[in-house]
Amino acid sequence: MGPSILDATYSPALIFILGALLIPAFKGRAKQGYLLLLPVIAFISLINTPDGNHWVFSLLDYPLVLGRVDALSRVFGYIFVLIAFIALIFAIQVKDDLQHVTGLLYAGGALGVTFAGDLFSLYIFWELMAVASTFLILARRTKRAQAAAYRYILVHVFGGLCLLAGIVLKISETGTTTFGAMQLDSLSSWLLFVGIAVNAAIPPLHPWLQDAYPEATPTGSVFLSAFTTKSAVYVMARTFAGAEVLIWLGAFMTIFPVFYAEIENDIRRVLSYSLMNQVGFMMCGIGIGTQLALNGAVSHAFCHILYKALLFMSAGAVLHVTGKIKCTEIGGLYKTMPLTCLFCIVGAASISAFPLFSGFVSKSMIISAAGNEHIVLAWLMLQFASAGVIAHAGIKVPFFTFFGHDSGIRAKEPPLNMLVAMGIAAFLCVFIGVYPQPLYAILPFPVEAARYVPYSGQHVVGQLQLLLFGIFAFFLLLRAGYYPSEVRAMNLDVDWFYRKGGAGFYRLMDKSLNGLNRICNLIFAEDLPRNIARFAKNGATRLTLMVLLPVRAIAGADKSQLDDMKKKVYLAFETGSFPLGISAAFATLALIIIYLIR
Amino acid sequence: MKKELTIFDDPNNVKKLIRFFYVVLGALLGADFYLYFGHLKHGHFAWEDKPQFFAVYGFVCCVLVIFGAKLLRVFVMRKENHYDSK
Repeated sequence: MGPSILDATYSPALIFILGALLIPAFKGRAKQGYLLLLPVIAFISLINTPDGNHWVFSLLDYPLVLGRVDALSRVFGYIFVLIAFIALIFAIQVKDDLQHVTGLLYAGGALGVTFAGDLFSLYIFWELMAVASTFLILARRTKRAQAAAYRYILVHVFGGLCLLAGIVLKISETGTTTFGAMQLDSLSSWLLFVGIAVNAAIPPLHPWLQDAYPEATPTGSVFLSAFTTKSAVYVMARTFAGAEVLIWLGAFMTIFPVFYAEIENDIRRVLSYSLMNQVGFMMCGIGIGTQLALNGAVSHAFCHILYKALLFMSAGAVLHVTGKIKCTEIGGLYKTMPLTCLFCIVGAASISAFPLFSGFVSKSMIISAAGNEHIVLAWLMLQFASAGVIAHAGIKVPFFTFFGHDSGIRAKEPPLNMLVAMGIAAFLCVFIGVYPQPLYAILPFPVEAARYVPYSGQHVVGQLQLLLFGIFAFFLLLRAGYYPSEVRAMNLDVDWFYRKGGAGFYRLMDKSLNGLNRICNLIFAEDLPRNIARFAKNGATRLTLMVLLPVRAIAGADKSQLDDMKKKVYLAFETGSFPLGISAAFATLALIIIYLIR
Repeated sequence: MKKELTIFDDPNNVKKLIRFFYVVLGALLGADFYLYFGHLKHGHFAWEDKPQFFAVYGFVCCVLVIFGAKLLRVFVMRKENHYDSK
């Protein structure tokens, strides 16, 4: 049998990107079918692609590798294609081509980053993600969303520029565009690190996430929750695995959002803080850098994408049917939305890492790795954060949305496609939790080699105790009135520096640069031309005086004689009445000059 | 309109749920003692092998998180339209 078109492999990134551009050509059912077909084609193509470098082009003597397929990139490729499929099912009823096109471009960008084998293509897809994702926020078409999208793209342009500067320096240092493991030992590496850290929302570079994601469209936030931070996790694992600074940044990153999530009113903002907390676990795993830790970081990214999308879908579904998503405005929705409630609880149980749910089989690898390496403080911090997750994401999100005080809202379940999308994600969360072997089989390092068994009696009992006694504390404090009450309010975060600082910066620039501008205007636009004009007007007179005055002064003329002469010269120029002798002398002089020149 | 679920409107059901929760907590304490006295605990650190370590740690952490969050509110909470107002 010869090779057929079905055997050919295509870059999953290009399938999404080129496919996205054709979306407006389809209508109605055909469009819906077409949207769902793209991830299926990409998935089949990815399965058929063997490990190695594929789709190589050359640009200015440098190779552009669009397909570096190996164990690490393959896992991320699978989950990105899978979540694009689920998010598209969730969004299929949206009648807005802008969201479909940019959603797919965004997913394509993330796949491009994942399979990029060189720094140029990494940068191109990185920027594509930033631009495309901005439209998922803009598409909400509210003033708040526009402002948030504007801040979002500014932060990502900053991150992109750091990345670009790092890439340019790195290429000039090494002479190649190869993109692989690096040490944090040079300016170029640090610039790359900061560029990646912006997208990974590593503090203090994180607040774009909590600012922008809650303002996105109900379906757009599902895409957003999956791609930007997790593609940064992939790139970080690829480049800076074992960098010790990541252990501590990651551990801090798991803890500090927990407090914010506890007091935040907007459910999608609670989820955004909790997203950051989860990425912290992955960063910590990457920092530890052992095989077990890296397996943990990668598998946690895989599970996290599913349950975080599930939580954003259930919040998006509530927003879609009620138009509200703040704790103070919703509550008691389980009565009429039991399925959405059930899916939300599955997501909450998964993120809390309850045994038999997906988070349990992945997060515990990272914590065990910290234990194996005897990094005591990191282990304690991660366990603290795990208990913190149950308080904000595990209990708060489902409790205040679907139970808590009855808001009186009697909303129907969301459309069938939304329920199906949530159902698939919920099924996968439970499936991976119960039967993690298929996930373990595709991890970058063999799990058996790391001798890791998630389901031991001690581990299950310990984890259940940690979570359930956390819930116990939650309810005791809730009943005693110590739990932070639901209030309509917002909380300052590091973005204060560029939101208030930005306004202050504007005023400073207004005073300084516009002041400079005013001075320049005065000098160059008003005074200088006026003086030049005046000079030009009486230029000949002044020139003559400049020659005559010193000559007469040296010849011994006093002040009154000089003034007299000045007056005569001005008069002579104004009336054009030179004595005949002078004119004749000038004419003779001119003739002599002409003669000499010839 | 479909029928509403009202299972938690009945205080008795809520009471039952809470009682079930206490039973589970008790069972977990028992399970940990079983592991402890059976010398089945082999954690990375010595304190993990102490009886009921994770129950205490989980409880204390959640209390710290909640009181820490209340404290955080003192410093960072602002009106909802904080950034909108000039």
